[in-house]
Amino acid sequence: MSLITTLARLEAVRTGRARPAATVRHRHLSDRPLVFVPLTTAGEAGAPLGALVGTDRDAPRLLVVPQPRDRDLRFAFLAELADIVLPHLESCADVVERAERAETDPGTGKRVTVEVDLCADAAQLIVPSRAGIDFVRLLGRSMRFRRTAEQDPEAPYPAPPRVPLLGRWLTHYAERARVPGSSLLLAMTDLLGRHWATGQSTLEDQHLGALLAWIDPPEGMSGAEAAERAELARDPAGQLLCPPAGPATDPAFDNRLLAPAIERYDRARAALAAAEDGLEADERLGAVTAAEREIRALVESRTRPTWDAVWRGLDLLRTLPPGARVEERWTRDRWSFTGHRDRVLAGEPPQPRRDDAVTAANKLAAREREQARLEAQEALDDPLVMAGRRLAGEAFAGEVVDVVMAYSEGKRPSPRPLVTVRTDDRPHLGERAKVYRSLDGRPQTAEFVGYDEQAEGGVGVVLRIVDKMGRGKEPAAGSVPEKGDRVCFTLFEHEQRGGAKLPDPERTPWTHGGPPGEPAAPEAADPVTEEDLL
Amino acid sequence: MTAPAPAKSRAWAALAELRGPGVPAKALDARALAALAANPGCRRRAILDGAGVDKAALAGALGSPPAFGQSQFAFMRGNAFEARVKADGGAELLRLVRETLDPGAEPPARAEVPDLSATGPQGRVARTALALREAAGTGGWTLLDHPMLALDVAGSPAFLEPDAVVVHPDGGWTVVEIKSFPVLDGSADPAKVGAAARQTAVYVLALEEVAARLAGQGTAPRVHHRVLLVCPKDFSNLPTASAVDVRRQRAVTARQLSRLTRVEEIARTLPEGTCFSPELPAEELTAAVDSVPASYAPECLSTCDLAFHCRARARESGAVAALGRPVRAELGGLSSVEDVLAAARGEAGDPDDPAVAALRRAAALRAEALDAARAARPPVPPAGPEGDPCH
Repeated sequence: MSLITTLARLEAVRTGRARPAATVRHRHLSDRPLVFVPLTTAGEAGAPLGALVGTDRDAPRLLVVPQPRDRDLRFAFLAELADIVLPHLESCADVVERAERAETDPGTGKRVTVEVDLCADAAQLIVPSRAGIDFVRLLGRSMRFRRTAEQDPEAPYPAPPRVPLLGRWLTHYAERARVPGSSLLLAMTDLLGRHWATGQSTLEDQHLGALLAWIDPPEGMSGAEAAERAELARDPAGQLLCPPAGPATDPAFDNRLLAPAIERYDRARAALAAAEDGLEADERLGAVTAAEREIRALVESRTRPTWDAVWRGLDLLRTLPPGARVEERWTRDRWSFTGHRDRVLAGEPPQPRRDDAVTAANKLAAREREQARLEAQEALDDPLVMAGRRLAGEAFAGEVVDVVMAYSEGKRPSPRPLVTVRTDDRPHLGERAKVYRSLDGRPQTAEFVGYDEQAEGGVGVVLRIVDKMGRGKEPAAGSVPEKGDRVCFTLFEHEQRGGAKLPDPERTPWTHGGPPGEPAAPEAADPVTEEDLL
Repeated sequence: MTAPAPAKSRAWAALAELRGPGVPAKALDARALAALAANPGCRRRAILDGAGVDKAALAGALGSPPAFGQSQFAFMRGNAFEARVKADGGAELLRLVRETLDPGAEPPARAEVPDLSATGPQGRVARTALALREAAGTGGWTLLDHPMLALDVAGSPAFLEPDAVVVHPDGGWTVVEIKSFPVLDGSADPAKVGAAARQTAVYVLALEEVAARLAGQGTAPRVHHRVLLVCPKDFSNLPTASAVDVRRQRAVTARQLSRLTRVEEIARTLPEGTCFSPELPAEELTAAVDSVPASYAPECLSTCDLAFHCRARARESGAVAALGRPVRAELGGLSSVEDVLAAARGEAGDPDDPAVAALRRAAALRAEALDAARAARPPVPPAGPEGDPCH
């Protein structure tokens, strides 16, 4: 956290309201995001209890597993989830535009441009908190190796038809969420925490209710009071007024409300199973339905406040104008979405449990590159982020006080103008260090020449502009800053180059386990035991 | 073993006075002992734990009850899994121990599972020690199911109950911890594994005390520093085991425990008649608690019963530490919100102090950036409908 954000937090403490930590929105927000508010059963590795899901804030779909230990009920939940999520994903996957992509021709080894499909939009999934992202990953892992009756008639507990496919998509989304700056799957707490600084610690910011309370406290309350109320206040029955955003539930809720309700449901079902004639069964079925309705109401009461909070968070974020380079990053998300769609269409097996060495190295390299890209782009989009980089000596801004025309030596002299920038910043400039500024959205490079101590009122940094001035002897109009211009140069590059290319998987060096050998048979499903979960 | 020196009875009486008349000492369990390592600098926690004060009751009396609790679902699942792992006289468990830690040893075809029941914790401790001594000579496998160990903590014994201790044929001892969080594709939640390792380290320390006593009688059993963590595999109920090296956690906890003897020192600095009995009125209690300095950090919220009280006090006093340790570290010698803001505004502080100079630059840059952004677009209308975040 930079000192500037720390300062914003302290201001928030004093004013009792969150302060801006960004002046633009740094993440893409879809017009029609799919919001997913899941709950899980405490102590179980992956037994969902219920969820609210949907794209319409006024009409979420409520899914409930009345007895989380019952495999059939869990499958019913997952099938229902698939019926909501997959059509939404497919509605995006079906609309494509033509795009060009550079590929290596397998025959000649040359780089060629090929025309491919690119999904015009990708589906965006929003969960309340970071734990929600982990839960999406867990759900994906639990489903993608499942076999349906069609795939494997011998499977002991066949999964409903579309469940494995949902598992693959959720796995892809969770994996993509690890790429810095990606927006396919976002956690609302991360989104809000990126754009506002509250008067509490980042740890406490993980509580969605408390975070929103700081950003937009109710009338007549300070952010601190409202946040504390959201965290701790309980009703006379001992239940939290603001239930945790999940997927974990409050133990008091589990013990006092949920456990008795599940017990009633179990009893009603046992009674139904023991019914001796149709009339009795009808009556007892009514009891089961009533018990189920009770659990549904409980789950809705714990998810609905979070659902509303997520949408309120979206409202707040939409008040910020999007950063100029957000769209470009979203295009990368669309490529990622399209890539997964194509892998599914091509009939590839589900993502393996463990990546091979080359895939893992590629993923890490991509995340590092995207992290650097995100840092550079956020700074270029947002003066507040750039201020942090200037404070750290990684950028400087100032006024051009002098421009002297100069030329390179050689047969065809090119313009190499010397520009003096007066600045109060203290950049860490080494000898002949390269610095960059954004010229119509493209980086222009300059070289650090030295300091001009004579510049009035501050330090003068003398730079030699070296590119983006056209081919002529005279620099193209507007390509060289003029005296009096405000300019901002960065010491970091604006565009990230890909690192060294990694070998093909077949050429994995022995240090990394060697080539994977024969393509292994598709990974087996998890073995099932009588009482296992998912 | 750096066992704390046995406290003198006078010191013990002084600590009992802190609890209040007739209030029994709350025994420390392994979780509480492990949590000490999380915030070693906190004198408040040291004295309250050392004196055996029930912090949860104290926090309740102060008006900031702790928000911990365990769901009965998690509790039931944990018990069911443990029972499954230990079924059949621990056959599966011993197989896992041998396979993971001692593949050279003979297979545990039949193992001793001594009965450890006895009256009272002291009795169970004695019974456990006896069983451990008997097991040393057998040259076979022995499984101690829920043994009871005692660890001397600042003069008062803490009774600890590991899930199991296994005696190897070569006489070595291994602590087994059974947890119900899953190991998914070979990896588990690092935070949970870390907590389990810290907890197990306390058991290792307690076993080493037993071993030291036995050594005086001729045999010197070895306590393994690699413990066995047993968890459900993937989404199933099948157990999978991993060896966890707890040397580092053991060293940290040992150091913390030896430092706990300073509890007496802290007690001496308290005003005469200080008492933490939950029966006292809230103002008196608040004054008593405030007489010992705490070092609050947001991490306390997940480990300490008293954290909400300490947080409220830290916020009231405007301590920047309430915003997290990194924030405090960044601000140098400035420790209160008002000091920092005044320094940033240029109203206070020494401009030659690098922390103050950096703050002023940060404040200027932040103001400049916000002004630029404001100039670039019309003012934002108030966001969304004002309302309660939850209703």
